[in-house]
Amino acid sequence: MMKEHIIIGFISRLLIPFIQLYALYVIAHGDLGPGGGFQGGVIFAASIVLYAIVFGMDEGRKRFSQKLSDILSPIGVFIYGGIGLLCILAGGAYLQYGKLPLGSLKLASHLGIYGIEIGVGITVAAVMMTIFFETARRKND
Amino acid sequence: MIELIIGKYNFWIYITLMMIGFYAMIVKGNLIKKIVGMNIFQTAVILFYISMGKVKDGTAPIIWEKAVVYDNPIPHVLMLTAIVVSVGTTAVALALVTRIYKEYGTMEEDAILDIERRQAEELRKKGSE
Amino acid sequence: MDIAAHFPVLVIVIPLITALIIPLAGRINRSYAWYIALAVTFLCFLMSASLLNTVINTGRISYRLGGWEPPWGIEYVIDYLNGFVLVVVSFIAFIITIYSKKSAEQEIENSRIHIFYSIYVLFFTGLMGVTITGDIFNIYVFIEIMSLASYALIAVGKKRNALVASYNYLILGTIAATFILLGIGYLYMITGSLNIGDLRERLPQLYHSKVVLTAFALFTVGLSLKLALFPLHAWLPNAYSHAPSVVSALMAATATKVGAYAMLRIMFTVFKVEFDIQVVPVTKILLVLACIAIIAGSVLAIAQTNMKRMLAYSSVGQIGYIVLGAMLVNQTAMTGSILHILNHALMKGALFLVVGCVIYKTGIEDISGLKGMGKKMPYSMAAFTIAGLSMIGTPLTVGFVSKWYLAIGALKADMWYIIPVILLSSLLTAVYFWRIIEMIYFYKGSDKEAYNDAPAGMLMPTLILAGLCVFFGIAAFIPVSIAKKAAEMLLGGI
Repeated sequence: MMKEHIIIGFISRLLIPFIQLYALYVIAHGDLGPGGGFQGGVIFAASIVLYAIVFGMDEGRKRFSQKLSDILSPIGVFIYGGIGLLCILAGGAYLQYGKLPLGSLKLASHLGIYGIEIGVGITVAAVMMTIFFETARRKND
Repeated sequence: MIELIIGKYNFWIYITLMMIGFYAMIVKGNLIKKIVGMNIFQTAVILFYISMGKVKDGTAPIIWEKAVVYDNPIPHVLMLTAIVVSVGTTAVALALVTRIYKEYGTMEEDAILDIERRQAEELRKKGSE
Repeated sequence: MDIAAHFPVLVIVIPLITALIIPLAGRINRSYAWYIALAVTFLCFLMSASLLNTVINTGRISYRLGGWEPPWGIEYVIDYLNGFVLVVVSFIAFIITIYSKKSAEQEIENSRIHIFYSIYVLFFTGLMGVTITGDIFNIYVFIEIMSLASYALIAVGKKRNALVASYNYLILGTIAATFILLGIGYLYMITGSLNIGDLRERLPQLYHSKVVLTAFALFTVGLSLKLALFPLHAWLPNAYSHAPSVVSALMAATATKVGAYAMLRIMFTVFKVEFDIQVVPVTKILLVLACIAIIAGSVLAIAQTNMKRMLAYSSVGQIGYIVLGAMLVNQTAMTGSILHILNHALMKGALFLVVGCVIYKTGIEDISGLKGMGKKMPYSMAAFTIAGLSMIGTPLTVGFVSKWYLAIGALKADMWYIIPVILLSSLLTAVYFWRIIEMIYFYKGSDKEAYNDAPAGMLMPTLILAGLCVFFGIAAFIPVSIAKKAAEMLLGGI
């Protein structure tokens, strides 16, 4: 029993950082290739689910507690709402990136969408984690 | 007639998938099978939208120097949202089924209705004593 | 910088962000959750009232998200119908939030109160979103937000019947929403646009095509399930009777009304009135179904002994009134239908809140538990009597006003046989309400009849809603003027 866990444990410990890096890549390249906030967030969550499956639920819970996911989920929504409200304060409609004082129209649009994707990615990763840990809990509540 | 069947084979496939999912959602008694049917149904609708957006000789809607004509990107964008909705609905459904299993100990619809009926009868008998 | 110009989007963004602040604040102190929810609903009510005011003064408001021009961008459009439904929904949600503090404490475990309020505010976001948007795919997204939040709200209480009821509602609701999604896909396939105003321009030359017919059929079936039109109402009695009292009141007063609004929007703004009468005689089909709903709802309500179940079947009947008024396709009947959106929200809201008070004090949901309550809980029972009389359609109450408009509209459309249906259902409503009123005032209760009414936090909202039933029945010109203009705009001058 221990033997197969050794191989799986070793390989996952090697791969999980690369999966997380790939997730960040997918988030960042949402407007130039397939990807975006939601997809990157799910891939990030998948890496933590892999960790929890291979090394045990308690280990996974230690790394990613309920408190962390409670704090991370709103942060993404704040980034999303905050960028929109910033655009309102800068004089345009909601989410009108062109009005942000960041240089040319193209740069402002690009950075605006980038910020929103990061926000969405953070929230999606936190929510997917919560769903997995809550659904897979063994103890009766 | 042949044109109708062979020319539009993609729509036939997606309608078949949709009906399989729909049948599973309604007829099957196990709660998890209903969720599986729901997923098949929603995935078939998503594929239907994407196939509707295909332009003849078009490449994927990502900027590429050698491309002449692109596919319509709007169905892709709409379906990103629809996939997220589908994931959310599946998550809520699975959470409900987990709690139903903890309360009733079974996942078959007939068994759950049976338990409820027996409980209602007991309450009525106790109330009329 | 004029903040009032941004109200259309703030009405959605503020509840959305707040819905995720509440679990965070709830970790610090559980009772903060209620205060935040109250503040948010009040703020949105003020913003909706201001939007309706702007519409009355200056006409239609159009807000472009991201500065993109329609039809490439998402547009939020507010006109008379929109503004009216927005104000009604946000007001009812605010009143029920005041009520919910004591009631939710009893029916939901304390460890879950902050999650309950978070989903509550998310449900509120969905309601606001369906009403305010002018883009047809956005309607689908917000309908799904509203539905997912409602599945969770029904199941969050302590009862275990609620879980199966919520699951049932989930399966049926997802079928309906996926049909709506398919309908949107067909419309996009043939016109290439997703904006409601743009679709209105492009569809008339395509009315003969099968794609448009399929889209319309899918929309009708999907939306009929969301608003619980007979025979697609099967999820409603179970969902309303097993949910916590606050949730039943909120959903009965708002969710079906917003579904009715979506149906009016799609049938009369996206597809013009000529489509509904000439191309497909859908008005006649839905007219028959609405009449059956009115009668069947009242008959089935008489047979119930559980209070919430009786009110749920009664809701099925009242929704029949709204659809009846819309399907008669003249201005008076449409005015009655839009008015009934406000009136039914007030009446049903008050009735469900009274039932919640009774459950809070005694824990009994059965009608027999109301014996002699007239002495024990006089104020709650007074509110129940006023709302009950209003449902029957007594003059000087709101119920009479909408039934009057519906009857006149039926006469104008040369369908005098609708009037016996309305009278018959009023009679049946009188049967099941009089049964309860008799039990309240004319029977002796089991305990000694000391005064033991519900706490003030729960009584105030109930009395406010019951009082408004009478107020808008006497001063009916206030909502009628708005509803008349909305009906005129929907029907385009018929």
